[in-house]
Amino acid sequence: MNKNIDILENPALKLENLYIAYGKTDKYAVRDVSATIKKNAITAIMGPSGCGKSTLLRAINRMHQLYPDVKTQGNIYLNEKDITKMSAIHLRRKIGMVFQRPNPFPTMSIYDNVVAGYKLNGIRMKKNERDAIVEQSLISVGLWNEVKDSLRKKGTFLSGGQQQRLCIARAIAFKPDVILLDEPTSALDPIATSKVEDLLVQLKKDYTIVLVTHNMSQAARISDYSMFMYLGDLVEYGKTKMMFTNPRDKKTEEYLTGKFG
Amino acid sequence: MGQKNNKKMETLKLKDNSAYRTSKDKVFLVGVIIVSIITISPIVLIIGKLVWEGIGQINFSFFTETTPSTFEAMTAVANNEVIPGGIVNGILGTLLIVGLASVIAIPIGILVGLFLYENQQSRYAGLIRSLSDILQGVPSIVLGLIAYLWVVKNIVHGYSALAGSVALAIMMLPLIIRSTEETMKMIPETLKEAALALGVPYYKVIARVLIPSGFSGLATGILLSVSRILGETAPLMLTTLGNPMVNWDITAPTSAVPLLIWNFYNDPNMLSLIWSSSLFLMGFVLTLNIISKRIVAKI
Amino acid sequence: MKSDTITRYILFISSLVVLLVSAGMVFSLVGDAVPVFEKFGWRFIISTDWNPTEGRESYGALPFIAGTLSTSLLALLICLPMAFATSLFIAEYFRTSYVSSVLGTMVDLLAGVPSIVYGLWGFYTLRPVIVSLGLDAQGYGIFTAGLILAIMIIPYATSISSQIIAMVPTELKEAAYSLGATRYEVIKYVVLPNARSGIVASFILAFGRALGETMAVTMLIGNTNIIPTGLFSTGNSMASVIANQFGEADGLKMSALIAIGLLLFVITGIINALGKMVIKRMSR
Ligand SMILES: Nc1ncnc2c1ncn2[C@@H]1O[C@H](COP(=O)(O)OP(=O)(O)OP(=O)(O)O)[C@@H](O)[C@H]1O
Ligand SMILES: [Mg+2]
Repeated sequence: MNKNIDILENPALKLENLYIAYGKTDKYAVRDVSATIKKNAITAIMGPSGCGKSTLLRAINRMHQLYPDVKTQGNIYLNEKDITKMSAIHLRRKIGMVFQRPNPFPTMSIYDNVVAGYKLNGIRMKKNERDAIVEQSLISVGLWNEVKDSLRKKGTFLSGGQQQRLCIARAIAFKPDVILLDEPTSALDPIATSKVEDLLVQLKKDYTIVLVTHNMSQAARISDYSMFMYLGDLVEYGKTKMMFTNPRDKKTEEYLTGKFG
Repeated sequence: MGQKNNKKMETLKLKDNSAYRTSKDKVFLVGVIIVSIITISPIVLIIGKLVWEGIGQINFSFFTETTPSTFEAMTAVANNEVIPGGIVNGILGTLLIVGLASVIAIPIGILVGLFLYENQQSRYAGLIRSLSDILQGVPSIVLGLIAYLWVVKNIVHGYSALAGSVALAIMMLPLIIRSTEETMKMIPETLKEAALALGVPYYKVIARVLIPSGFSGLATGILLSVSRILGETAPLMLTTLGNPMVNWDITAPTSAVPLLIWNFYNDPNMLSLIWSSSLFLMGFVLTLNIISKRIVAKI
Repeated sequence: MKSDTITRYILFISSLVVLLVSAGMVFSLVGDAVPVFEKFGWRFIISTDWNPTEGRESYGALPFIAGTLSTSLLALLICLPMAFATSLFIAEYFRTSYVSSVLGTMVDLLAGVPSIVYGLWGFYTLRPVIVSLGLDAQGYGIFTAGLILAIMIIPYATSISSQIIAMVPTELKEAAYSLGATRYEVIKYVVLPNARSGIVASFILAFGRALGETMAVTMLIGNTNIIPTGLFSTGNSMASVIANQFGEADGLKMSALIAIGLLLFVITGIINALGKMVIKRMSR
């Protein structure tokens, strides 16, 4: 069965026969995954806990490279370019990441958190340029009005939802091509969740978004494409609407109807 | 569209500095590795030197005979012979002093540790905990002075093993208190409650439940604190003085291995005996250290 | 029920031992230091005169305070980069690997070496090296003593720092990596700022250790009762003057040595309390 239904023209990301294993065991956390991911769309990755969603996502910005035990095989292309041929610095500059638990840098102010990417990368800017980036990024995550008077306060003083939006601002301040989000709303309450969801829908105008989620209705609400993974395999991948109304694989159907997961 | 242009520009800017940053990263790593190797090199040099200089003198008489007089040592060195005698007076003295210190410090330390564990939140317990922390930071030479003022001047009226033991016991006490409290905190609360609910008297809960289930933690704390005081010299200089003979009287001056090293380190005739004594002391301390780590690993 | 009350009393009474020992310690030190303070007043602390000749007795502790501070500061200075690099090695760069545990064990071993053995090794290995490098003719003095002190306190600072560095949350480091930072930049902008107060505390506590170290310093500092005039000048530290002159001391001189012990007790107490406070504030 062809798992990869949509062979897209000019994709943002292309995954090719990806295998990922933790440690020396031959048990793969991700097994033979191939897919193309569309530009300026939200692609959701779903599946039961432990099926390899995070593992797959973290391969895209080569996070696994930080841990020598993690073995990655296969190819990933960003805008047709092999990511292993780029420097990790350059790649991560073009692919932002947002984590499950909000993790603003606790020693930095809100302002500094937004421009942390520039600081970390040793990019010097004039103050007005920096101010502009901070304002623009906070406006795009809808946080500007809430924090504009307390930019010098520590980011950790914000509520969980605000912190998560700050982390998204930190990722987009750096103007990447792709944003990877690993269950960004699982630690948030429903109101904060819906704010983040609205934000993601707005952001897809400018960015390609890959979203790992546990929450099927979230995927249904905001994603354009969905992947369903099971035990390391990419079981099904297609337009979200199609998948939810007419899943082609039995496992997908069982998952979507809540039989497991 | 404007934003897109902006984006490309900065990407280029970044490309420029990535090689520089990567090399800076590498240089820093190499620096860290080199400095770390330099940092640990003394342990290799010290153990190497001790073994090299000291192993030859470690023989049967080393453990059975008392320290030779300088004259005997000088004659032996002049004739290119092994120095006669050993350090049995020091070894037994160390055992006496450290043993006595343990007898004083271990029971009290465990009881105080239990007290702190029982009264976690009380302010008095907080005071005791802070005092114990302060005691732990007191330089050992000051503890020597204290034991001198208390025991040598006012109790025994002379230099004695007991005075040295008091100084070392004060050193051990905070270590045992802390390790007892930490160990007790690790024991599941339910274990204790179950026993208490059965109406078992509290001292039996301590003796049959708390101490046995925290045994390895307590043992580790005790071994570590013993290994800490084993090589202490400064307090003994002020309290036990030294003794060329084997002595079992706790009110009389007593020798100890570190004291022997201090007394003779500058005497060229005794030097090889001093290296052996250091090797022995070091081996003893490190063995205790390693055993206590083993116990931790087993838990 | 009655036995429980007795048990609690026994626990309480044993806690009094700590109270009594601490109070008694202060009481005894102060009590026996009184004669010298009565005679010389504050001059005892600021005078450089140390003359036990009967009739012209005069005691000032300044040279020893200077000796203790200069050797300990030098030790701290050497300790800073060494302990820092080693704790990064153990807790950041190689944190889960075998080499890290080997290095950690060696640091533990260094911490276990008795002071007298450091002194002996310093006397017969380090000192000749300093002489043969032409740094100093005899090899005794502030530099040699400071160096051996540094070797002694590095493991202490390293083991605290590396525990603190290991506590910096992985998710913060990953956030920085995901923004394109190199490891060096992660250390500089994330690990260090987050571990800063703990690292500072580890150095304060290590400094406190250095202040009270006796044997190795006594064997290497040269034992002259002067204010050190330079890096290779000889001197005497507070601990080493007690160790050296205790044997032949009585009367006013004994009181002077005990007063030095009291000063040492107070100074190390303050430094340790400071370090503990920083750590406590951080864990909150
Ligand atoms: N650091 C690790 N070391 C070893 N195995 C790991 C590690 N991280 C994940 N795994 C294993 O890899 C498999 C996939 O894990 P992964 O975290 O990708 O799952 P997930 O789909 O993101 O799950 P969740 O929904 O719970 O986040 C699991 O079997 C997990 O046990
Ligand atoms: Mg996950």
